[in-house]
Amino acid sequence: MADLFTIEDLRLSLPDMTKKPLLGQAPRIDILKGLSFTLPKGEILGIVGGSGSGKSTLGRAMVRLLEPTGGRILFDGQDITHLDEDGLRPLRRRFQMIFQDPMSSLNPRHRVGQIIAAPLSLHGFADVPARVMDALDHVGLSRGFANRYPHELSGGQRQRVGIARAIALRPEFILADEIVSGLDVSSQAQVLNLLEGLVQELGLTLAFISHDLSVIRRLCSRVLVLYQGEIVENAATAEVFDAPKAAYTRELLDAIPLPDPDQVWT
Amino acid sequence: MSFLAIKGLSARLRDTSFPILRDVFLSVEAGEVHGLVGESGAGKSMIGKALLGILPTSIEITHGTIELDGVDLLRLPPAERRRRIGATAALIPQDPLTALNPSRRIGPQITDRLVDILGWARSTAEARARELLDEVHIPDPVRVMRSYPHELSGGMRQRILIASAFAAEPKLIVADEPTTALDVTVQKQILKLIAEMQARHGTALLFVTHDLGVVSKVCQSLSVLYGGMVVERTTVRDFFREPAHSYSRALLAATPKYTDPLASLTPVPETVIAAVQAEVAAHDRSQRNG
Repeated sequence: MADLFTIEDLRLSLPDMTKKPLLGQAPRIDILKGLSFTLPKGEILGIVGGSGSGKSTLGRAMVRLLEPTGGRILFDGQDITHLDEDGLRPLRRRFQMIFQDPMSSLNPRHRVGQIIAAPLSLHGFADVPARVMDALDHVGLSRGFANRYPHELSGGQRQRVGIARAIALRPEFILADEIVSGLDVSSQAQVLNLLEGLVQELGLTLAFISHDLSVIRRLCSRVLVLYQGEIVENAATAEVFDAPKAAYTRELLDAIPLPDPDQVWT
Repeated sequence: MSFLAIKGLSARLRDTSFPILRDVFLSVEAGEVHGLVGESGAGKSMIGKALLGILPTSIEITHGTIELDGVDLLRLPPAERRRRIGATAALIPQDPLTALNPSRRIGPQITDRLVDILGWARSTAEARARELLDEVHIPDPVRVMRSYPHELSGGMRQRILIASAFAAEPKLIVADEPTTALDVTVQKQILKLIAEMQARHGTALLFVTHDLGVVSKVCQSLSVLYGGMVVERTTVRDFFREPAHSYSRALLAATPKYTDPLASLTPVPETVIAAVQAEVAAHDRSQRNG
């Protein structure tokens, strides 16, 4: 199938403000050091790595919340590497993001209905109320939730609202950044099963950033392992887990505490 | 006799009487690692807080006893209780960044408690702190003691809090989700370190976590909580081999396992939730009638 994203030698550096001299430029630190990969349509790509490995930065560059300092990002054949806001506006509907902490990414003063409706209105959709209801149906929340406020919901329900807001726009690509790390295992299982169903049903392509390899194994078809801003492994999920090539991938796998007292740590 | 024995502990919100803990029985032997597991809101952290005397002021204890080394803490006058808890128990908190004062150097943050509360000489306390930092495998303890928290990594900060918890040779340590904020590779090091320190010092450990994988690595026994009630207390071996309660089985089924991708990720079924909620309700009725 065609590639939704083609990424070539992607580089991104940011000024290191902790080392900025009183006068003059701050030195730059390289966050992404030349990443190349493709993301075919319909795939669920898992992005893993330790904190500071650049996984969130990569995600944010893909949806162009950050501008790369080198390399190219092609989205559906179009070069979006250095597009300005005007150029990006028509694309913004097509790639959406779901955030880690729904409490800080949902406006506490708005009802769920308004939260889902806001981007729809912004992008000039017709029949906004009907689309809001449709989105709630899709994520398995009853329509009465439209009148509730985020603080009235559980963590899992809030995360569903975040998903509903993203899918309401009928995007082609969704970036999910650590969206289940704050949830209990039961809500986590619900949200992951929901996401898996939606990807199939709506024909989405998904990039799923997570530090939890057990979750990645269940959900993703391909895995990208990042270490200090570089790709150390890029392969089909089964391959990464059954025959990891990079030493760092093996280290990550060995460090997962399996719910099994017979697994002994060396 | 158990080193820590919590008997019939009940607590509720002061203003609405909403139950937080329901008739909790719990015992931990000297040198044992006991896990407290459950979903958020199950009351697992509240047990640790009740025992350390740091419950939020909005929560009151209504019944029960907390016996630490044979003394019921709840019966002691407040000052005496605080002194006793300070001398016998300690906490390893979840987030090392908020637990350390950002504007003070590491050294005094470890030694102050030893000097001010336990009355040690400053030089003795400093020597002890250096020795402990060495024990938790911190290179160059002298330099680290002069550092500020922001100059150290998350793993280093958690090591410092572990050292600090063991500093006064407590007999019981409450570890409240001590690795939740860390990367898995760092988590592994920290869990191994906690187990190593616990074994060396023979400390009893109450380990609060939502992660069943972590429990299987560090605990010998565990209590599963739901709605402030202990639904199952068992050994780690039996829990993972044949969990007795349907809620325990459901929690295990919801926990993803990378070695078994297809069998994992079943949400806790509504029937199981209904059953455990009915148990909680039945318990509340029997309390009212009894």
